[in-house]
Amino acid sequence: MSWGEAWPWLALIGLGAYHGVNPGMGWLFAVGRGLQESSRRAVLGSLVPIAVGHEMSIVLVLLAIGLTQQLVPPHTVRLLAALALVGVGLWTLARPRAHPRGFGMRVGILGLVAWSFLMSSAHGAGLMLAPVLLGLPVGDHFSNPSQLGLTAALAATVHVAAMVAVMGVLSVVVYEKLGLGFLRRGWLNLDLAWTTVLLLSGAITLFSA
Amino acid sequence: MATLLRPDPTFYPSPRLAGDAPAETLAYMVTFDPAAQSPDALLTVDVDPSSQSYRQVVNKLDMPNLGDELHHFGWNACSSALCPYAPHPHIERRYLLVPGLRSSRIYVIDTKPDPRRPQIVKTIEPEEIANKTGYSRPHTLHCGPDGVYVSALGAPDGGGPGGIFILDHDNFTVKGRFELDRGPQFLAYDFWWHLGYDVALTSEWGTPKMIEDGVNGELLLAGEYGHHLHIWDLPRRRHKQALDLGAEQQMVLELRPAHDPTRAYGFVGVVTSLKDLSGSVWLWYLEGSRWAVKKVIEIPAEPADPSQLPPILQPFKAVAPLITDINLSLDDRWLYVSAWGTGEIKRYDVLDPFRPRETGSVRLGGIVERTGWNGSGQLNGGPQMVEVSRDGRRVYLSNSLYGSWDAQFYPEGVESWLVKLDADEHGGLRIDPEFFVRTEQRAHQIHLEGGDASSDSYCYP
Repeated sequence: MSWGEAWPWLALIGLGAYHGVNPGMGWLFAVGRGLQESSRRAVLGSLVPIAVGHEMSIVLVLLAIGLTQQLVPPHTVRLLAALALVGVGLWTLARPRAHPRGFGMRVGILGLVAWSFLMSSAHGAGLMLAPVLLGLPVGDHFSNPSQLGLTAALAATVHVAAMVAVMGVLSVVVYEKLGLGFLRRGWLNLDLAWTTVLLLSGAITLFSA
Repeated sequence: MATLLRPDPTFYPSPRLAGDAPAETLAYMVTFDPAAQSPDALLTVDVDPSSQSYRQVVNKLDMPNLGDELHHFGWNACSSALCPYAPHPHIERRYLLVPGLRSSRIYVIDTKPDPRRPQIVKTIEPEEIANKTGYSRPHTLHCGPDGVYVSALGAPDGGGPGGIFILDHDNFTVKGRFELDRGPQFLAYDFWWHLGYDVALTSEWGTPKMIEDGVNGELLLAGEYGHHLHIWDLPRRRHKQALDLGAEQQMVLELRPAHDPTRAYGFVGVVTSLKDLSGSVWLWYLEGSRWAVKKVIEIPAEPADPSQLPPILQPFKAVAPLITDINLSLDDRWLYVSAWGTGEIKRYDVLDPFRPRETGSVRLGGIVERTGWNGSGQLNGGPQMVEVSRDGRRVYLSNSLYGSWDAQFYPEGVESWLVKLDADEHGGLRIDPEFFVRTEQRAHQIHLEGGDASSDSYCYP
């Protein structure tokens, strides 16, 4: 695999780790549920639905990109993706405290999937991957939708696997050893960084067109 | 919108961690003029023993209107901002939201530039609340993970139902009513929640018409004041269960759920029983998938010479304890119960919540006793609003209930004071002989800088 072929996958892993570190994306929810039940199994068990919801959010973006590529020229795809990224970036700047409504500590498994899907989507976690995904041969070389879906699923899974690995380590260490006290100093405000990554992704997508 | 780089230092993930918070140096207390001749005020009291102005009122912020009747108040944000399902860790605990129980205005008061001299930065007008929610007479506030929740006693015309509405915690616009399905609930008063169980609770006093001109003896004897607890699905905003304490239990007021989110129980005070004028504290708890309630403390009425009693109590030849406020320490270990009529505050060990054990008591004021403090002479009013510091060592007390009710039980007029009690780790309770603050106006709720035992909720044990 050449560098040109490898970078999108490495970027997917890197962004997965970045999403995994953010307490708001789910590991803190997993720890909270584990503490409520006094059970490490509840911590780890919560990561599965969180991963599924995140994956759904990304697959949705991937499919949207893949299908758009079937319909319009690549240049237009990039333009649309860039606009979407800048739009979501500006929205997170205006409403950094947006969160899904109607959830509580006692969400069930399906509720947790829905929460993770909405949280990831609202924060543009899937869209953030757009420039990377456009570097993948999602649409260019395939005319067969099943191959398209397969690559999309693989890309999303690589990303989510990296995220879950980071979440798993963090949540178990916090649950077993560290405790939540460190959040008081350690929960840095990454809202602006998050927005910057979205806007930057938008710019990269646009100018690499 | 203000935002921080690290979480607000006054936010704690758990009540256990909050118990190690530094001692408060300032207390905020609202006072009101029952005659509505002078503006109500938010006082700043210096409670830092190392300060030159310790035990003094260091600032009085006058409200811009008359007749608000300031009563309870709360913060725009607190430790619940760390909850994982709607995290807002970088919002600031900065604004006090201070409702007028009569005017239905809510003042937004900024404590940031100078915590000793807070400033009004916005007023939420009663029309906005009425138009968007159908409610009026805002009472209790709690900072939730996703906004500020406010209970309201009733509708703008003074009838019911009362309920809860939600304010945006960034710009303080009124977002709307909480209830999607209120079931049989009609009367309102206090509310709080078990965040770990997705459950909210509400209690019952009366509609504005039933209380604003004083307690109505006919309604009381007919058992028309509130005697229920209501259990709600908090995220789905639906009524789940009503718990009837019995029609003789009149006025179910302050709700104090366990602070530890894994504990599914809490305490609620009942002002009086029609059977024998006793006051009581009830425990609610989860039994399987249903909630149940049980009386765990009863404080009897004290026989008295009718000549020493106000007209409302004379026929009974006894002074009712009138349990008007209770408070639970952050470690869920100690319960404080105010008996405003007899003039006593009691401390209970509630390690076993089903069997509270009285460990301490202090008498102050009281309809008959008029117990004084360290050479103060006789005091009137009684222990009423009670607030406990996060470390559980200091308890602050003020003595007025509600203008028109003060006049019925203390017809000569309540002269207000703020005192501090010291609570030792073995259950003792002792009045601080040096700490006694007189206020010009009637004193009501007290909140402590950085949070206290009734200001914050937690999502982690």
